[in-house]
Parts: sequence; structure tokens; C-alpha cells
Amino acid sequence: MKILVFVKQVPDTTDVKLDPKTGNLNREGVESIMNPLDANAVEAALRLKEKHGGTVTAISMGPPQAEDVLKKALAMGCDESALLSDRVFGGADTLATGYVLAKAAEKIGDYDLLIFGRHASDGETAQTGPIVAAFLGIPQITLAETLDIEDGWAVATRSTEDGSEKVRAKLPALVTVCGEINEPRYATPINIMKALKKPRMVWNHGELDADPAKCGIPGSPSVTKRLFEPEHEHVDTVLFNGDEETMAKQFVDMLEAQHLI
Amino acid sequence: MMFQFTEEQKMIREMVREFTKKEVEPRDKWMDENGFDYELHKKLTQAGLMGIHLEEKYGGGGGDPVTSIIVIHEIAKGSASAALFLDANWLAADLILYHGTEAQKDKYLPQAAQGKIFAFGLTEASGGSDAAAIKSTVVPAADGGWVMNGGKAWITNSGVADYYIILAKTDPEAGAKGISAFIVPKDAEGLAIGKFEDKMGMRGSATCELAFNNLRLPADALLGQLGMGFKYAMQALDGARISIGAIAAGLSEHAMNIARSYANERVCFGKPIGKFQGIQFKFADMAAEIRAMELMTYDTAKMKAEGLRHTLEAAETKLFSGTRCTQICLECQQILGGNGYSKEFHVERFVRDAKLLEIGEGTNEILRMLIGGTVLAQK
Repeated sequence: MKILVFVKQVPDTTDVKLDPKTGNLNREGVESIMNPLDANAVEAALRLKEKHGGTVTAISMGPPQAEDVLKKALAMGCDESALLSDRVFGGADTLATGYVLAKAAEKIGDYDLLIFGRHASDGETAQTGPIVAAFLGIPQITLAETLDIEDGWAVATRSTEDGSEKVRAKLPALVTVCGEINEPRYATPINIMKALKKPRMVWNHGELDADPAKCGIPGSPSVTKRLFEPEHEHVDTVLFNGDEETMAKQFVDMLEAQHLI
Repeated sequence: MMFQFTEEQKMIREMVREFTKKEVEPRDKWMDENGFDYELHKKLTQAGLMGIHLEEKYGGGGGDPVTSIIVIHEIAKGSASAALFLDANWLAADLILYHGTEAQKDKYLPQAAQGKIFAFGLTEASGGSDAAAIKSTVVPAADGGWVMNGGKAWITNSGVADYYIILAKTDPEAGAKGISAFIVPKDAEGLAIGKFEDKMGMRGSATCELAFNNLRLPADALLGQLGMGFKYAMQALDGARISIGAIAAGLSEHAMNIARSYANERVCFGKPIGKFQGIQFKFADMAAEIRAMELMTYDTAKMKAEGLRHTLEAAETKLFSGTRCTQICLECQQILGGNGYSKEFHVERFVRDAKLLEIGEGTNEILRMLIGGTVLAQK
């Protein structure tokens, strides 16, 4: 089985702040990491490989330093990596990104399963995976909390607003995974030692046979109008005491006092 | 730091940093209150860190002494106790790696890589610094094996170890040249393990007394050559002193990070205390000293990796790093004021942990004797 897993380099959001004047991400001194949910995607791919055999290729689009997240994927146990790096790809929205990622999948060819994290911690659009499925014309399952392969089908449990549903898609298929699906492994030292000896491809738009008009800024119909941090209102916490009825009455009284009901 | 790490070493550093942040630092306070953490030991094993320095054929990670020091340094940024546990474990297991027969290596090193715990027993209750004056004895038994009598004190990892490397006199008349090393399994008949020491700090690392009462060992329990134990032990301590440098650098950084956040947030006389020169000067000295510790530690580790003799350099590294670490932790405690005196802010624990670094693996005084004597003998 041939699995492709897509990883993105993102700023470590635990210490990212927006510049209040420009609205841009203040990336100075902020470390780059593998998008946390993509680590779940890698883990899901590796577990399927360990159970059913096959290979896992990690793919990322980004500047040369995005190679770091691919190295991490290799150190976790992926077999090879492909970095899609080209100035032409810069400034891409989800559509242009999805186009380039789909081109990489086509170049590799013969794939059975494509796995994505459900969304990236920087953009949080959750669109790129589904867009790739659309470009490739293959079925997709989003928000998977479990994932397995049975007789040529991808079988997954999807989380929905009011519960979960078990669905299946005929391979080749694309799946986006939730954080609940697994606990990503640490890259063990022995795998780190092996990681840099594995094949690492770097492809530009020519090698992917990608149309520059569909890549990067020219291929991106969406524009960012404004970035801002929502204002946080600081309100006091009120604790109610007593039995249920007393607390309910206190609560209603408070809502009335504030003209909320 | 301009010290050149390989790309693999950088990746391992990243991995251990992540591991330390998630798995080690959150457990340090618990360990201080409850002792050795078997859960953390399990996680260290699963992450492949217990045998990182061992060759791949033994199931290890194939790292070198610089890589091992990276691991200890990074883990010490989350827990000095956990780093000390690894240091003592590797110190003991490495004696088998360096001096064991092929059969001993094949038997014990895969176990070390799989997480079995090792302890190194040299010090005795009657004297630590005068290491050649140990009183434990081993005599040949009629069946070709050995019989051990005596006891040990302050043995790091005792009580949790699966195997002990014990130094004992095989020729009481021959001084340091009459000492040999033996591999003792924890369940050996005649081995009595005392209660855990109620220590000031480093409470996440286990320390007990050991007693040997006609402890019977098979012939192949002898490690290396008869009468060479003291030399092996001194070489092992050279390595362990580099580890202490790494623990000191990591613990100091941990303390300084907490003090930095505090100094930037705590407002006094209308501005954060970090804006006052009296506080800034403290950070200037701390930052410079931590950098010096790191450089000394990695430079000496590189010497070890290249097979160069590093007795003097390791002693200098440990002396400087250990003494400065205690002072840095005290300064950080001072920066936190009353909060520094509270257990809630962690730094008081670091002060207690740091003091061990001036005592274990050679006291400051023994190191000064070694360094001073060596330097004065140089032309």
C-alpha cells in the first residue's frame, strides 16, 4: 500500500502574537514546528503501514526550511519525503496549495491513501485536504477519529456535531484526521540517525508539471482583507452556592439584573 | 553557541527538548515529593533514550558521547533528578561497554537498551573521597565463583537498579591496584538494599545503602581484569563529570528562565524589576556563566568522543559548572523574592538539587586537589 501524508510547517502558536498595528503575525523569535494535527496524520499513516505493509511518503509545500518538518516525519518513520519548493508557489491560498499538492500526488502516482491533518494551526481553514481530493477526483473522508483499511476500502469513524458516524470510501481515497485519532510517537534516536539517509526529493513547478498561473498568488482567488485579534472581554467569575434551586434562582436574578433576559 | 553539532545531533536535541517539555518538566515536582518515577522511566525507554549511546547491534541509538550529553543537558532543563538518573545509569552500563567481555556485552547491553537500570557502586559509608580506601571485599569461592562482603553508601539508582557494578577489594594489600569490578544482579542472594535516603534534593533519583552478606557471584561476574577496577572507576568518573557539567548547565537555564519571566512581569516602583540595573547585572553574570558551562561541557564531551584523555578538563568542567549552578539557583531564588522561598515557584527545589552537583562524582575539594596538582605539575 502506498500512503502519502501531507505535513505543513507552522509557527509554534503557543507563543505567536499578532502585531496590533499591522495585524500581521509577529514571527520574530518564534520557532517553526510541524502542524500538530499533521503529526497525527503521520502517526495514522505509520500505524497503517505497520499493520498492512507498504510505504509512507511525507510531502510538504514551503520554502527550503520546510525541509525540517519533513526530516521530522522521516525520523518518526516515513520512508521518503518530497519538498515542493518554488518561488512560484509563494503566497498561495488553499486552492493554489491544493493544486500543487495534487500535482505532487500525480507525479508520485499509484497511491492508495492520502492523509492530512484536519486543519493547520495557523490558517485553520480545513480546506486544503478536501481541495486536493477534488483535484484528484477521489473520495474523501474528513474529521476521522479512527481509520483502517479493509478490503480496498478506507474505513473511518467521523466526528459530527451530535455524535459520530462510521463511513467508508473506496481506495484510492483522501482522509483528514482529528487529534483524537492517536497520540503521535516521538522520533526515536535510532530513527533520527536513519532519517537523513532516506530519499528526500525537492520538486519545483517544472518538475511537477504545474501551471504557474494556477500556483501562488496568480492561482489564489481569495485575499486576506484584514487580520485582527478578537478583543477579549475580561469579566469577573461569579460563583453560586447552595442547592440547585437556590443557585438557579441566583443565576436568573443575575441575568435579569443585567437585562440579559 | 558555536559548537558544531551534526544534523542528527540537532534533530535529537529537538526531539529531547519536546520530550522534556511534555514528559519531564511536568513531573519534576512530583518526583521531589514522591521519589523515583517509574512512569517517566517507561517513557524514556519507549522514546529510545535509555540506550541512545549504545551501538545499533545492541538495540541502542548509535549515538556518541556528545549525543549522550545533549540528552542529559536537555533533560536537565526539565528535571535535574531525571538527568542524574540517566547519568548514573549510563556510567554503570558503560563500564560493561568499555571493559566487558563479548559475552558480557551481548548479555547486558541489549538489556540496557531495553530500559534495564544500572547503578555504579564505589563509595562506602566510611569515606567517599578516599575511594581507594574502600573496605568491601571479594574472595574466590571453591566453585570458581566469588564471595562478596561489605557494603556501599550513596549509590545513585540503588533500590531501583536491575544491575549493580560494584567495586571491591580482591587484594586488600595492594591498595588501589587491589580493587576489581563485579556485576551484581539485584536479586543476588546476600544483597540487602536499605531504605531510600531522605535527601535534601535530587529526590527523583533513588539513593540507598547496600549491604553484601556472603553474596555469591558466578565466575563471569568479574568485569574486565582483576585489579583494574579502580582505574576503570576513575575513567568512568571522568565521563560522569562531563554529565554533571551538562546537568548544571540545564538546571541553571531552567532556573534562569523562570527568573526571567518573573523579572519581566513583576512590577515594583512602577516598572518591571528586570528594568533595574541590580537585576540586570544578575542576568548578565548568569547568562555568561551558563554559556561557559555549555562550552566547557560540550568541548570535553567532544574530547571523550575523539578518544582523548580528558581527566583534567572533566574535573574543571564539573568544578566550574557545579559551583556556579548553585550560585545561579540562589540568585534566581533571590530575584523571585518571597515567591522564591515558596515551593510553588520551583526555584527553591533547584537550589536543593544544585547542591548535589558540588558533592557527587567528586567533591569540589577533591576536584581542586586533582586540578591544582595537575596544573602545578605541568611545565
